[in-house]
This record gives sequence, structure tokens and C-alpha cells, in this order.
Amino acid sequence: MKPVPFDYSRPSSIEEACALLAADAEACVIAGGQSLVPMLAMRLARPTRLVDIARLPELAGVREDGDVVVVGAATRQAAAERHPLVAAKVPLLAKVFPWIGHPATRRHGTIGGSIAHADPSAEIPLVVATLGAEIVVRHESRASTIDAAAFFLGAMVTALPQGGLITAIRLPVWRAARLGVGFHEVNGRHSDFAFVCAAAQVALDAAGRCTACALGVGGLSDHPRRIDAVSDALIGTALDDATVADAVAAALAPIEASYDLHTSADYRKRSAGVLARRALIDARQAALGNPR
Amino acid sequence: MKVELTVNGKRRTVEVEPRKTLLDCLREDCGLTGSHAGCEHGICGACTVLIDGEPARACLMFAVQADGYDITTIEGVAPAPGELSVVQDAFCATHGLQCGFCTPGMVLTATALLRANPQPTRDDIVTAISGNICRCTGYGQIVEAIALAAERLARANAPQEGTP
Repeated sequence: MKPVPFDYSRPSSIEEACALLAADAEACVIAGGQSLVPMLAMRLARPTRLVDIARLPELAGVREDGDVVVVGAATRQAAAERHPLVAAKVPLLAKVFPWIGHPATRRHGTIGGSIAHADPSAEIPLVVATLGAEIVVRHESRASTIDAAAFFLGAMVTALPQGGLITAIRLPVWRAARLGVGFHEVNGRHSDFAFVCAAAQVALDAAGRCTACALGVGGLSDHPRRIDAVSDALIGTALDDATVADAVAAALAPIEASYDLHTSADYRKRSAGVLARRALIDARQAALGNPR
Repeated sequence: MKVELTVNGKRRTVEVEPRKTLLDCLREDCGLTGSHAGCEHGICGACTVLIDGEPARACLMFAVQADGYDITTIEGVAPAPGELSVVQDAFCATHGLQCGFCTPGMVLTATALLRANPQPTRDDIVTAISGNICRCTGYGQIVEAIALAAERLARANAPQEGTP
């Protein structure tokens, strides 16, 4: 359980970090290291150089920018968990923190690191996919954004270009007065990797009708995904239990579920349906001011 | 690479390969073998140390990343040589350990918990130690130990000076 030998650099700016990444195709970014170091220890990753961005001040912090909350890529999960702006404006992200690792790993793990790692069942990528957030990337001294829907391509495979660096995440803020979120997951032990997880955010009008709805599932296939068919079916309804159940069942039917040693494809699919339903109903109840 | 570490309040300079984890550095270069190497990939919590007062995995950080932090290992929790901290003593009183392999991590995690939350509920305690695996006790006596330490700290009429 010892990594291969590598060089270590701690650049003092984003530009310097990008130059180091551009100079060496086998260089790898490290921030909190909570996902990367196990990969190194098992030699699943064998970089020639680690470029440590954990202490770059321009990559840390949470701020509001119009209708989005911008979270710096190297913002630690524990810092985002405690940040009042996250709790007030991006309640779905605030909701999932207790399921991400343990307090000891959230202390160092970063928001951008979890997104770059792109585990199929990780909670932060699920929230990013569900809300349709944008990933801000610096590559060859150019800044660009990639939509979440185009970012997660497969298990631990993303659209981040070779030598690119995630600098921030732009999470959309829903301004609805009646907003609710829900999140459920099944796992072997609390804080282990989820087998399947589901996240939902809904907005209701004064009459209790759904005006906006986002549902995402993680762990069902090789990357977290937003299920737009559910939103299409539910907007305009009162989100009663039966309508929610029908919409979820119809939307998940065509998705091919993955499987592994712990869970069959059939189990994942059935669990995803149940968790998605519960997440949506929790979100509805929260929006009604009557959480279950 | 040369790195300057602050461990248990003492500054030391070590010469390490970049791939050496903070855990291996503490054990091999600093002689602090109380931090235990269990799984070495962040699952078991036996290597838990306090970084700026909060629990962290010493196996998930390289020593070259650890400069500038205030690192506390199990060797740094007792108020004086030959004495035990309140948390350590509570683990003895309730038989909160058997083989002892997970104990340093448990004690440090509990120490940080009680500093942040002096009156934890049972749920708070269970959540706090959820990242530390024990294969002997079944956790019951560990939870009791932490609750006892909280009770003793609350009853003490002076702040526990010198107890991190």
C-alpha cells in the first residue's frame, strides 16, 4: 500500500498549476486527496507528479453571483457544509453532506475533487447533475464552462480535458418561495459508497402545484444523471404520491442499470425507483412546510 | 524533500520522499508509533490524528502537504508524562478497548468531539466515531467511555487546562 514515486509541486497560482499540468501528461492534481490517495496507495493511479492546489486561495470559498452560487473547486467539504450561503441558497447540496464520507474525510475532501473523481454513486456529482450546475474549467490559460450533463461521461471518466483544472462549480439558485429538497440512499454502512442514491428538488406555487422539479439518480448506471422525463411529467401536478410513483416508474424503465458484487442490476433499478419516489415526496413535504 | 512539521507543539524538520504519507512519517521519522497503520487507504480510522484540532486521516495526506498545520497525535493528549487525559482514563474505566489497535484513533476522535460538543447525545457520539472501525468491542463500551468522559469533563469545576 505504498504509492509509486512521484514529484510534488505546490504552485502559487492557477496559471502555474496549469503550466505544470501542461508540461507533463502524467501529472495529476491533488487537493484534499481523500479519493486520490487511496487510488495511489493501491497503485490504480501512477502519476509522475502531484500538483497540489489545496492551498490556492483563489480556488477556495463560496460566493453568490446573480442566480448562481459559485463554490471554489478547492473549497473543503466541511467548509461548504458549514457555509450559510450553501444552506440558504443550495439546500440540496447542504442536505447531502452527512452522507459524504465521515467528518474526518470531509475535513480535507474538496467539492471539486469529488466532481473530478466522478464516482458513479458519489453525492456531490449527483447534486451537480441534478441541479444542472456548470463546471468551470481552466485549460491552456482559457476559462470555459462545461454543463453537468456533458461532464460526467462514465465511471470516473469526465469531459475535463487533459491538463485541465476545475476551478469552480456554478450551482443554480431557485428563487421559488416554496422550495423543498429530498435525498435518500442505500449503502452497506453509513458513509460507505452508496449502491444507489436519489436527489430531488421541487418548487410549488401558492396552490401547491409543482412549478419546477429536478430529480437525479446516482449509482444506477456508470454516472450520475438527471431524469428530465420525471420533471416533464410532474410539472403542473400536485405531486400526489400516485402521480410521482407513475412518473418515476415510467422514466426509469428504459435505463440500463449497472451491477456489481454487492447488488444486481434488478436490485439497483428497484431501489432507484423507491429512493427517487421518497426523495420527491420528501421534497414536496418540505416545500409545503410539512416535512415528514 | 525537506518539510517542517509541528507535531504535539514541537517543530521538527524531516527529509521525506513526496510519496511518504504523514502516517509513515510520524511513525518512522518522528518515532510516534501511536498512530496506527491499519488499512492505509482511509477506511479504518486507526491512523486518525488531529489537524488544527480536527480529526483527519494521516494515511490520506502526504507528509510534504502537512507543513503549517498543528498536528496532534495520541502521544500529545496526556497532560503530563505518566498521566492520562480524561478521555483516555474513561476508556480504561469502561473497558473501552480490547486489542487497542483502534484506540488512539478513537481517543483523538472523541477528544475533538468533546471539545466541539461538550454534551453530545448518543447519536452525536455514534456519528463522530462512525469513521473509526473497531473489530473487538462491538462499540458499546467505546460509546460508554465517551459519554463518561463528557460527564466527567462537565463535572470538573475548572477547565481541563493542558488537556487538548
